[in-house]
Amino acid sequence: MDIVVLLRMVPDVVEELVIAADGRSLDTQWLRMRLSDPDEHALEEAIILKEKHNGTVTVVAMEAPEVDEVLFTAYAKGADKAAKLSGDWTGIQAPTIAKLFSSYFSSANRQLGSETLVLLGSQAIDDLEGEVAPYLSEMLGVPYVGVVTGIRLDEENKKMTAIKEFAGGLRGEFELPLPAVLGIQAAEKPPRYVPVAKVRSVMKSSKIENVEISPLESVAGLSIDRLFTPEAAGRAEMLEGPPEEVSARIIEILVERGLVGR
Amino acid sequence: MKIMQEPILVLAEHLKGNIADITYEMLGAARRLADELKAPLYSVVFGKDVAPVASHLGIADSVFVLDHPQLDMPSPDVLAALLKMLIEQKKVSLVLIGGTNVSTGIGPKLSFRLNLPFVNFCRNIRVENGSMILTSQLFGGKILSDVRLPENRGVVSVYPGSFPADVARSDRKPSVEMVDLPVEETKVIFKRYIEPETGDIDITKQDILVSVGRGIATADNVAMVEELANVLGGAVCASRPVIDQGWLPLSRQVGKSGMTVKPKLYLSFGVSGAPEHVEGMKDSGLVISVNTDPNAPIFGVSHYGVCADLFDVLPALVEKIKTHKGKE
Repeated sequence: MDIVVLLRMVPDVVEELVIAADGRSLDTQWLRMRLSDPDEHALEEAIILKEKHNGTVTVVAMEAPEVDEVLFTAYAKGADKAAKLSGDWTGIQAPTIAKLFSSYFSSANRQLGSETLVLLGSQAIDDLEGEVAPYLSEMLGVPYVGVVTGIRLDEENKKMTAIKEFAGGLRGEFELPLPAVLGIQAAEKPPRYVPVAKVRSVMKSSKIENVEISPLESVAGLSIDRLFTPEAAGRAEMLEGPPEEVSARIIEILVERGLVGR
Repeated sequence: MKIMQEPILVLAEHLKGNIADITYEMLGAARRLADELKAPLYSVVFGKDVAPVASHLGIADSVFVLDHPQLDMPSPDVLAALLKMLIEQKKVSLVLIGGTNVSTGIGPKLSFRLNLPFVNFCRNIRVENGSMILTSQLFGGKILSDVRLPENRGVVSVYPGSFPADVARSDRKPSVEMVDLPVEETKVIFKRYIEPETGDIDITKQDILVSVGRGIATADNVAMVEELANVLGGAVCASRPVIDQGWLPLSRQVGKSGMTVKPKLYLSFGVSGAPEHVEGMKDSGLVISVNTDPNAPIFGVSHYGVCADLFDVLPALVEKIKTHKGKE
């Protein structure tokens, strides 16, 4: 199997997001970037598949701050190759990101083969213009399933079953041939942890390939009028004080409503 | 300047014969928009044995139906191809598609094939001087973005729960047109449904739920929450990150791809309140939330909030309840 995982960095929403002076973008000075959660699951699913069916896992990311560490961590988890698409890709949206990845697959030594499976996160938190996976499947002309939470392969690695989540715990099984693009929602198991020491040792022994992408024609995107923060709904009455006091107040509220006591 | 808008089309979403709420949410929003812009409102139903679905969509001016044996849970490729044909035939300028797991992927494929812009995560649509402005939520609801569609043309994915559904449930008998479009072969074949795992506990039937989010930090801490649920006579549920970490089974997940719950009491600890989660619990009777972040969106849907470390509040609350019960 030839598994290719496409990784993307997104702003860490644990930090406060500051809107830039232009009012239309985030102030990058204050952004801390991290690997998009569903992409981390895509990587985990790739490693799980490799453990079951052999083959290689290649991770590919767009150049971005802190992305080297993410790629070395992928090596430490079991990836075989890592590549970085050189360039300044700040603020590009799904249609252009898909174009970028599809041009990566058009290079002579990186064609899709009959055993190629492309995995990426089903969605990212900044996908204003849509998800990358369906755009990429259009550009590469290969089948696609999104919101995938499980993958099974037949013995010849030719036919694949993807499990997709619908709603309320209901899922569906879809059969599709390789090559294919799957949008991963969650891996079968939680993403594995690798110790920092292992990542450090991998940094000495492994290399990240820099891939030059010829300039892209810009894709006409949406015109953003403005970004703004939602008004705090502020519906909650805040209970203050030390834990014992707060707990006593909560119990009063529950007793008043007959929710505790019997 | 008065612009006559070309038709607006809503893709009706249905699952196992049931119309999804998102269909009505979109139709309600689109009806208002269509009236304001003086545009016809169309809806389309693709599927197998879908005539009963179409009969509920009377709020639309016309409902198109394509009933075909190969359209039982069709792939996004097939639907994008059909929608493209219909849009070209009926001169549609704006398409609304559900921002749900069921419909994921249709919008981007359609937008690519029609060379029209796509707007994701749409929570509101308004008209200013004949020009539509769409508000999308980004970064898990932390930022909103206003965007415009050139000439009001595009494909829009509507975020579930953004518009009321009830306004669109109409008794009016719709004008239904059976359409005949070629259904293309696809390499993505639907095989079967996998029914929800029946867990030890059905969280949708509990009066009291204690919910945990990412803030619970490790699997070991779940035990503390279990204890609180026990003394309250309720059950533990969780937001997606906790389930993805494998700390609780899938049957305990509340939110977009999990369960929708309406308990009498929803007590949350370390749940930030991402829109995907809120969608599954917003109709709970009483919501009390504990979170360290005073700006956590969960406080926007809570009746009472505590801005504190859950590891301080949890043990104190368990002790107080035990003492209280001892007195009874």
